Amino acid sequence: MDKLKEAEPEEHVTVRTLRERLPDAVLSTKSFRNEITILVRAGDIVRACRYLKEDPDLRYEFLSDLTAVDRLGEHPRFDLVYHLYSLQFKRRIRLKVQVEEGEMAPSVTSVWSTANWHEREVFDMFGIGCEGHPDLRRILMPEGWEGHPLRKDYPVQASPKWWEEGGKSD
Amino acid sequence: MTEARTMTINMGPQHPSTHGVLRLVLELDGEIVVRCTPHIGYLHTGMEKIAESKRYQQVIPITDRMDYLAPLSNNLAYVLAVEKLLGIEIPPRARVIRVMLTELTRIGSHLVWLGTHAIDIGAMSVFLYAFREREQILDIYEQVAGARMMSSYFRVGGLFADLPEGFEKTVRSFVTTFPDRLAEYEDLLTRNPIWIQRTKGVGVIKPEDAIDLGLSGPNLRACGVPWDIRKSNPYSGYEQYTFEASKGSHGDVYDRYLCRIFEMRQSVTIVRQALERLPDGPIAVQDPKLTPPPKPMVKQSMEALIHHFLLWSEGFRAPAGEVYQSIESPRGEYGVYLVSDGSNKPYRVHFRTPSFVNLQSLPRMVEGRLVADLVAIIGSIDIVLGEVDR
Repeated sequence: MDKLKEAEPEEHVTVRTLRERLPDAVLSTKSFRNEITILVRAGDIVRACRYLKEDPDLRYEFLSDLTAVDRLGEHPRFDLVYHLYSLQFKRRIRLKVQVEEGEMAPSVTSVWSTANWHEREVFDMFGIGCEGHPDLRRILMPEGWEGHPLRKDYPVQASPKWWEEGGKSD
Repeated sequence: MTEARTMTINMGPQHPSTHGVLRLVLELDGEIVVRCTPHIGYLHTGMEKIAESKRYQQVIPITDRMDYLAPLSNNLAYVLAVEKLLGIEIPPRARVIRVMLTELTRIGSHLVWLGTHAIDIGAMSVFLYAFREREQILDIYEQVAGARMMSSYFRVGGLFADLPEGFEKTVRSFVTTFPDRLAEYEDLLTRNPIWIQRTKGVGVIKPEDAIDLGLSGPNLRACGVPWDIRKSNPYSGYEQYTFEASKGSHGDVYDRYLCRIFEMRQSVTIVRQALERLPDGPIAVQDPKLTPPPKPMVKQSMEALIHHFLLWSEGFRAPAGEVYQSIESPRGEYGVYLVSDGSNKPYRVHFRTPSFVNLQSLPRMVEGRLVADLVAIIGSIDIVLGEVDR
């Protein structure tokens, strides 16, 4: 199963260009199943995204997806994951930013409008705020909901608060 | 005292033309929509959270319930992601069957869209015709999977079972009759002056705005951006089929309609090609650690019994890592982001659902237009709220 040949991430044109143009931004790179992941310094994510979007040789003009992963027990705790796509070169790239609990991540809504709802979802589900977001509200859970469901320390079954309020009878 | 010029009203969550439970807060100046704020989440059921506590194979039925009009597309995206994570290739027969069924799914989903979109605008009869044909597709689902809606037919490593007897005949009869039926819908709508007045030039979005807002699928192609994942990044062997991606030019409701009609025609040709080339052979990977042994063997061979027991009690483990797999679902880019920590359950699954992203562009399309146009525009984006809220 693990005999597959992996691409060398540092040879990927995107990594090479990004390393050359924004040398401080790239922390590390990784390849798994020939998908390239670039770990970007949190403060540089907006700059990196704008560069990747606008550079004529890369043209990652489409933000496919933006989400987060809770790595409870590790520091920094959260990964923010950006999936970029280039319509012209038919290439995908994954960017990652790591933030600690309670920290804000920079918002990429100034680069792509589509990030708006994605970042609201990340805020709603993980409690990670995005600095510079025009309208940071919960999106899926009701207003006034306590907790962030996709955090690993949030129970899979019903939220305990929910039951305490109305259902103490038994 | 200044007079308030605008009025704020709620449209939904129970309004019939919001296709489920979408709530729009509209600020109106007479009949003109000044501002539109969508509120979603009424169907949120925490599918991504639930998936983290299920074994890999057990997540498949959850994906059915997202885009309930295209269950097999969702299955496909998920199983492809897990297969990528495992690094396995499935046998050719299973691949062809998957393509055939997802294309039938696309037709079925577009038929529901066509029927409901037309009924929203006031063309009642199309709805009845479209649902008549969709019934045949549901019958095909029932034949292969036993369920009409939540079919869960694909499995990681292949399929749940081989095709039943008579399947090819049913599909062949569907693809023979369907193109004529499609022509009938077009007779009712494509050159109908009322239809044209209600849809042409309505809900226009420019290609650069569409890309900025992350629109995908027929909505994006209607703007003239020919991005179809089946063409650009083929999966399941789509590169071996001859078909064309739809393409519009005006980015309005009418072009989205034309794109979807065109896609149904293309899907028919893909299904035909799949029927022609359907190879014999196994329908799942022959790896006892991943796919269950045939039932008779479980009763005879000790080893098969152990494999069967382990698969049902523990499932299989996937190597640690992360993958993103996207497919061209009837609504656009349906992506699955899967993170594994090496155990038998996904550490994190994220579903990049096209409806969620496409809905975000609604305010951009409706602001400055009439309330009646809003109804046409919501229909044309083709959202499924189950997929928006997950």
